[in-house]
Order: sequence, then structure tokens, then C-alpha cells
Amino acid sequence: MSTLAHAFEAAGMATVTLGSIRAQLEGTAAPRGLYCNFPLGRPLGRPNDAEFQHHVLWQALSMVDRVSEQTIEDFPDTIIDDGETALACPLPPRHDPDAHPAVDEALGIRGAYDRAVSDWGNAVGTGRTVDADQIPEAVGAFARCAEGTHWKKAGIPGIPARVAQDIRGYYEMAAIALADHTPEAYEATRWFFHKTLAGKAILDSREAIKNAGETRDKWHFLAPFDL
Amino acid sequence: MGDQELKAMTAGLECLPPENPVFTTAKPLSESTVAIVSSATLRHPDQDNYAPHDISFRLLDGRRDDLVLSHWSPGLDSTGFALDHNVVFPIDRLRELESEGKIGHVSDVHMAFAGNQPQLSGIQLDSGPAGAKILREAGVDVVLLTPV
Repeated sequence: MSTLAHAFEAAGMATVTLGSIRAQLEGTAAPRGLYCNFPLGRPLGRPNDAEFQHHVLWQALSMVDRVSEQTIEDFPDTIIDDGETALACPLPPRHDPDAHPAVDEALGIRGAYDRAVSDWGNAVGTGRTVDADQIPEAVGAFARCAEGTHWKKAGIPGIPARVAQDIRGYYEMAAIALADHTPEAYEATRWFFHKTLAGKAILDSREAIKNAGETRDKWHFLAPFDL
Repeated sequence: MGDQELKAMTAGLECLPPENPVFTTAKPLSESTVAIVSSATLRHPDQDNYAPHDISFRLLDGRRDDLVLSHWSPGLDSTGFALDHNVVFPIDRLRELESEGKIGHVSDVHMAFAGNQPQLSGIQLDSGPAGAKILREAGVDVVLLTPV
């Protein structure tokens, strides 16, 4: 981010950089940096909390008037992810006994996904490579890969990491609709990878592709790196 | 899995501070036009998606609310953005500061780049300066940079 900051400063604009990792603000010498110890993906802290966001934003922008040399400040409040809590979303019972269980699961949450997109839009759901109609087929492909089919023959409909992101986005949007509260960061991610058949299929596929001797770029980006 | 573990894994990432950094002193914030530039790989749905290692940028229209987060990294939470764009792209909060007179104006044009770039020289030397020229010509005085 600070690489851009320096380009903009050189063009005559003052910059303020929000950062969730202090070492990166320091290492790139952000001209004006505000370190906010918030989860990755939420640089303003809390969704649907205008007062909190306003406070963060003003602390950041007011540096333009307050500091006259390269400075990094710390936002006083922190938001710490506990690394454990997962959403407790009910999954639908089996509907089609002839379908692969993971495919049946994906079909079963389509209604929740559609409700979420209707309410919040498709800002992070599907569409990088596959759309919602193609998700069950994509889940089936990962399930085949996880069960031993070579990943190139499993029918994954695109770059595996991109398809996996669409599947995860589909499930996480459904989770938002199924949850009874605004999820904290990663609660939906942990639900997806730890509680759903689709998440397990992607994790097992990552292991299968890795064990097949493929280069790191083929499997590394299928799931968060600490899983 | 969780945020602290993921952040710890970035500890070894190489940082490249400039040899001769510029520090620009802007006019007072209450008279300044402010734009948002994000590395969250944002775009409008009718704009091209980002390719791997894409150093190009997308111009974002602050009057539109149809932003899509297209980041390649699996290591960030995206549900916050799904629920409220302002947690990454705080356009509504900027408008509040404008109405309070704390900033001069909210720019009509904003910008996004793709984050998690393996090498930064293309942004340093090409698309960064090109994007800066567009914002400067649009009258921007202050840039708020937001990651994910």
C-alpha cells in the first residue's frame, strides 16, 4: 500500500495509509500511517458500525493537519480475532440421495445464498470464474479430486484457486443469511472449512494436488495459508 | 485458522521503502479534496476483472455502490465487505466528514489496485505514477489508502 503512497506523494498529494500489519507500515516507510490492529479484510474495523468507522477515519485523515514529517500512529482500539469461533449455521438435510453429499449440500443452501445476494449484493460471492448455477458442479469436481481423481481430470471449471474462492464466497454469503448476527471476521470462513463438505473437499484437494508433486502455485491459494 | 496466524505468516515479506521519499504538505484538510485508493482489488461489475499479477488500476465512481471485491488472496475476511463496503471503502464516512466541514470535498473519482503483488516495480514505475496523474488532474489533494 505504501508503494502507492510514495507515488502519490511524489505527484503532489498528501497520503494517509491505513495498515493492519505494523511491520509493513514501518518497512515501507508510509508517509503518514495509522496502524489499526484489526483483522485482515476489515481495515476500518467493524462493518455496520458507522461511529467506529468515523472515529478511525478521522484519526487517520487528521494526520494531514497534525504531522509534518513521516509518522506512524497507533489506533487505540484493537479488534482481535480469537482464531476459533465459527458460525453455527444449520445445514439442510439431504435432499437428493443420488447426488454426491457435497453437491447436495451446495444445492441445499442455494436459497440462503440468493437471500443474501438480494439483501447485500454479490460483492464477494460468485463470479470470479463460475456463477451460482455452476457452484454445485464445481463442488462435485473438487469432491472427485479429493477422492482420488487427478485434479486435471476432475472437471474443475477454471483455475482451481479462483473456483475455490467462488465456492467459498457462495457458502460465506449463505452463512451471512443463515447467521443470527453480524459475523466477526473469519467466523464464516472457519464454518466453511471446518463444518461443510465443500470446504473439506477443497482442503483435501489441496493436499491431493500438493502430494501429486504439483508446483506450489497450483495448490497454495486454495485455502487460507494457516489451514 | 485465524487473523493472528495469517498476519504472522506475512512477517517475512520484503518491504521496499523508497530511497528518496517525498513528504507532501497539503493545504488544510478542510479545504482539501479527498480520494480513496484501495489495494483491495475492487472494481465495478462492468469493469474487467484483475488477472494474476495485474498491476493496472480501476477507476471507481464514488456515486456507485456496486463494488466487487476481487482479491486473489484466500487469507482475508471478505464477509465484512459483503455486509458493509465502508469497512474497506469508507465513502459514506467521507461524505459525513464533508458535510461536517472537516474535509473540503469528496472526490468524484477513486481508484483500486490489486493487492498481494509478488513484485512491485511495475506499480512503482508505471501504474502508480499513472494513477497519481489522473487523481491529481481530477483535483485530488489528499489520498486515503486502504488495504484489506
